[in-house]
Amino acid sequence: MVPDELLGGDSVRGSRVPHYARDCVVLGLAVGVFGIAFGVLAAESGLSGAKACVMSLLVFTGASQFAAVSVVGSGGSAVTAVASALLLGARNGIYGLAMAGRLRSRGVRRGIAAQLVIDESTAMAVAQGDPADSEGAFWWAGVSVFVAWNIGTLIGAVAGNAIADPSALGLDAAFPAGFISLMMPQLRQRSTLIAAGLGASFAAVAIPLTQPGIPILLAAVAALVALALVRRRP
Amino acid sequence: MSWTAILLLAAGAYAAKFAGLVIGPRLTILKRLDPWLALLPAAMLAALVTVQTLDGAKLLTIDARAAGVAAGSVAALKRVPFVGVIFVAAVVAALVRNY
Repeated sequence: MVPDELLGGDSVRGSRVPHYARDCVVLGLAVGVFGIAFGVLAAESGLSGAKACVMSLLVFTGASQFAAVSVVGSGGSAVTAVASALLLGARNGIYGLAMAGRLRSRGVRRGIAAQLVIDESTAMAVAQGDPADSEGAFWWAGVSVFVAWNIGTLIGAVAGNAIADPSALGLDAAFPAGFISLMMPQLRQRSTLIAAGLGASFAAVAIPLTQPGIPILLAAVAALVALALVRRRP
Repeated sequence: MSWTAILLLAAGAYAAKFAGLVIGPRLTILKRLDPWLALLPAAMLAALVTVQTLDGAKLLTIDARAAGVAAGSVAALKRVPFVGVIFVAAVVAALVRNY
């Protein structure tokens, strides 16, 4: 079931392992620590280990899962939990739109790819200077994060809170910084720099005013505004 | 959380991903939106970074996390590779938080 793309179609310098593989594996390991934290939080919120693990396998979008179990853990209803989680997961649909042109796989494989459309796989795909590497980087990051997230959830759900607090390790800062690093090559272009600046500004304004999830969705509008600005003064 | 709620959430989360990746490209309108699609990832990820760095329960918050991200950004600007950037950010955030 391993897609050919994982083997990095083009063998660089005689190696079968593509150059972005190490970054994807490190990213996965960091996500794994958050997976442990999710497993622990799920247990504290009264979810059985089986429920936590099935959630990580089938929902597979970290922010949504954290939101859902926090709502339930603080006494909120299941409807509120699902609604707030779906609002946070909606951004994956927009990532999907942006990724569609970069993924050649069709049929069942595209259905599997859809499950892997998340922040990390999208960022790793768009970070590749050579567009031909995008698809491989998407699969590497997606599979690496999927495996680590699910193993982490299992460990957290079984072993409880004896281990791994992501923020004590500074990992809450590692993710945004990592995304900045992945965006850096694109930011040398004026149009993407404007889009990123507007996306960040819209989000900062929206954070205190809107439901979690909305500030990131507003970036779709920010990209449209950026396009209009760039077209006016090319 | 009931099994029903978990499965509904799973279905909804997958539907969003599937709609974007599989159904989206079949809409002809999208072919005209190529320039917009090209700017989407940068705008979305910049918004994500902002939320992950500053969001503190509906307040903009500057704390150890922001210090770590700032340090990581400087490293990224200096063309430090990805693994180095996340290492710098994590170490700075952990140090500022714990000492």
